[in-house]
Amino acid sequence: MSPAPAHEQGSLTPAGGRARSTPLMGRAPEPSLFELSVKGRRSASFRTSGLPDWTLEELVPEAYRAPEPVELPEVSERDLVAHFTRLTHRQYSVDLGAYPLGSCTMKYNPKSCDLAASLAGFADVHPASPPSCTQGWLELLVELEQSLCVITGMAAATLQPPAGAAGELTGLLLMRAYHSANDGGSPARRRVIIPDSAHGTNPASVTLSGFEVTTVGTNARGGVDIDGLRRVLDTDVAGMMLTNPNTLGLFEEEIAEITRLVHDVGGLMYYDGANLNAILGVVRPGDMGFDIVHLNLHKTFATPHGGGGPGAGPVAVSERLVDFLPGPRPVRRPDGSFGWHKPEHSIGRIHSWHGNALVLLRAWTYVRLNGSDGLRRVAETAVLNANFVKERLRGTYELPYDRPVMHECVVSARSIAKETGVRALDVAKRLLELGFHSPTVYFPHIVDEALMIEPTETESPQTVAALADALVQIAEEARAEDGTGAAAAQGAPATTPVGRVDETRAARHLIATIDQRPPSGG
Amino acid sequence: MTAPFVPHTDEEISEMLAFLGLESLDDLFETVPAAIRLAGGLDLAPGASEADVLDRLDELAARNRPTGRHLVCFAGAGAYDHEIPAVVKALASRSEFVTAYTPYQPEVAQGVLQAIFEFQSMTARLAGLEISNASLYDGAVALVEASNLATVATGNRRVLCSAGVNPRWRETLATFSKGSGHELETVPLGPDGTTDWSAIAAAPAGGILVASPNFLGCIEDLGPARAAADASGARLVVAFDPVSSGVLRTPGSAGADVVVGEGQALGTPLGFGGPYLGLFTCRLSDVRRLPGRLVGETVDTESRPAYVTTLRAREQDIRREHASSNVCTNQTLMAVTAAIQLGWLGTAGLREVALRSARASRYLREALLALPTTEPVTTAPTLREFAVRTPAPATTLVERLVDAGFLAGVPVVEGFEDTRLEESLLVAATERRTRAEIDAFAAAFEKASR
Repeated sequence: MSPAPAHEQGSLTPAGGRARSTPLMGRAPEPSLFELSVKGRRSASFRTSGLPDWTLEELVPEAYRAPEPVELPEVSERDLVAHFTRLTHRQYSVDLGAYPLGSCTMKYNPKSCDLAASLAGFADVHPASPPSCTQGWLELLVELEQSLCVITGMAAATLQPPAGAAGELTGLLLMRAYHSANDGGSPARRRVIIPDSAHGTNPASVTLSGFEVTTVGTNARGGVDIDGLRRVLDTDVAGMMLTNPNTLGLFEEEIAEITRLVHDVGGLMYYDGANLNAILGVVRPGDMGFDIVHLNLHKTFATPHGGGGPGAGPVAVSERLVDFLPGPRPVRRPDGSFGWHKPEHSIGRIHSWHGNALVLLRAWTYVRLNGSDGLRRVAETAVLNANFVKERLRGTYELPYDRPVMHECVVSARSIAKETGVRALDVAKRLLELGFHSPTVYFPHIVDEALMIEPTETESPQTVAALADALVQIAEEARAEDGTGAAAAQGAPATTPVGRVDETRAARHLIATIDQRPPSGG
Repeated sequence: MTAPFVPHTDEEISEMLAFLGLESLDDLFETVPAAIRLAGGLDLAPGASEADVLDRLDELAARNRPTGRHLVCFAGAGAYDHEIPAVVKALASRSEFVTAYTPYQPEVAQGVLQAIFEFQSMTARLAGLEISNASLYDGAVALVEASNLATVATGNRRVLCSAGVNPRWRETLATFSKGSGHELETVPLGPDGTTDWSAIAAAPAGGILVASPNFLGCIEDLGPARAAADASGARLVVAFDPVSSGVLRTPGSAGADVVVGEGQALGTPLGFGGPYLGLFTCRLSDVRRLPGRLVGETVDTESRPAYVTTLRAREQDIRREHASSNVCTNQTLMAVTAAIQLGWLGTAGLREVALRSARASRYLREALLALPTTEPVTTAPTLREFAVRTPAPATTLVERLVDAGFLAGVPVVEGFEDTRLEESLLVAATERRTRAEIDAFAAAFEKASR
């Protein structure tokens, strides 16, 4: 793979354009853009300005001027396109195939939503434009807020939080502001209760909002341990964060009792909307008794994840919390026009501008395309697919909490691991070879060798069946007497752009930039 | 019942229900207590066709005034109208980047991981520090996370923030400080428009936060800020503009411990304020306190180069309530976009964007200040943006100039106690502005400011 020595290449720098795409689909390592760089090569061009060509020396005092320019890769447009296109050939995506990552709701992202976000009438609007220039945007945001309130059963919402975790922190700061206002600023309420099955962002958000975490356990049916909850409830509890359905994919059957108990001690109920996809149009957090709800628009409302972001995490609240919402909020004025309003006791801004507006626009589009009937069908088929995959896995994988599930199911590879040495991680890696993205593994922590599978509603029954068949095939191979199947799983994946990655080395010998590479490239 | 993206036919649904031993889709929700189930469905319109929804979007879009030939943009304040070439739009909209999830399975995520590694490499160079994370939500949250890093690293909750930092970011910092317990103090600006460090109390502090160029466009001398950080034992956090690194000394080389910024200018459209790109860079010695994801280079089982998210023990899903940041989802797509845009620009291109913006800004400043009623607000050197004042209030001025086809700037209306700034207007010019546009703007400005 190493390029020919310089003397064999005439005067050419041994880099630019030498990367190859063969064999197809990314088995060849791709040089970094820095290695493809050739000094003096360029792509950029700019508008003819007609302005005086003052020199930098005339424009910036010497004390502030860079002694030398920051070096960036220098490539032709053709090489730039080739490089990033080759990188895309080394990347799995929803557009390529099923992505059954539990808790992540990796459903298909409609193209019309992308088209909507690319319209110049939305994409080229400056965020500080006066309201006279943004009436369309403001109306859209007000409509989205209303739709989200209808879906969650809440009174009002902020669209500012740019992701789920930001929504959590916002919701907890709302909880804090509410108690401060109602307890005369008393700091007595310092604890927030979280089930042991919760997402990691929950406890981290609790700490960052200045509260302490109290963990409550899970009962044998996979729900909140109600007796355990009673024991930790007291008047120093600010509230409880709950995901429902929870991370086991199970609906919290005693939700009414839980919210009653927490409200009885003066606490507020926080709904983590990560799993909202399961209950669209079926049951609403507000009707369950929740006071604060965050939504993950990049899950439930099909906005694309972008390889890890952007997201959007609006927070909807019940009537008693509306005055504390972050501001300014888009509002419809009495005369029918649209403008901004800062709630009276607002906790303040939590984003530079108005939230991830182009993500919000995609979610608005998704809601309109589906409507009330479509959203309900989304929940029904998401739950149908999850139960279908669960039943197809019965007898092959353990079902630790064997009840009908909602949008996802958690199965365990514990017995397979015990018998064959093939662990959940190996199952996940072998599944990559069979053409599917892996489920979430080792979460929730309360299940050994967990595989958390969320097919979503946009995968056809045939795809869901093929996914289940692949998981069964892996288990059967692992149990083959000659041990070849187990070894294959433990060595997987062999057909992906790279094999298993040495994560320990990455952490021990940190190379997080090109400049941290050892000088000789070794 | 219609659901445009659900593939199941009625027959398939029946078969699947039969396999599960159920009679109807309602049976799937038996575990939801009847008392709380929604009767009658959601009070929303029924689903609409793509064509109908796009028609409605066109109507709404027609009631916006996007920047462009009919509304020439001189607004900035953290959101800039820089060139985004076709190649960046084309590559950044590749669906492999757009529709991928967080790279938890590195064997099938090398594309995103390598693009982030390249982004980290470029961003660290622009900041002049060793480490860059894989992005945060936006500039405001990057500042909040920097404040968290500084206070955790020093064990001191006192945070001094220059009044020159974007007031929206300062408000965000104040919001989150209610949870983190940071004790915020604002350091005022001096008459020239840069931070007056002589005013601060000489007590120990955790973080010193300053922006350069600052919100009023002034380039700050980071020497006194560094000295203040040394005297108080604080981390020096500098909010920078990545474009300015095309011509200015990097904040890292001027003594910053943490450099944060808004990366929108690197290929992301104005988009009514989001999604944007939070930049976060720090010294190698602080890497274990870095918020968010970090991509590292390693090898696979066959010793081939490979990339993976690393130092994961910092993150919320592992550290839970002991984590110093709760960030999970970030702005990866905007980070990948920035890497592509910087690849398009190259060394000379980035310098040219900064230089051309500075030229346009100088020409604009001279044109506006030549008008009889326009006054400067600051005297320190500026690069792309500056503040002016006219007898007409800035908000009125902006409204009047919209009618003339210009987005004149951003009124300085909040976050400053300084009376000099009342109703002043923040004006920016990027490399996209031409002499003809600026001349026409200045003429309209004169009329509007009377």
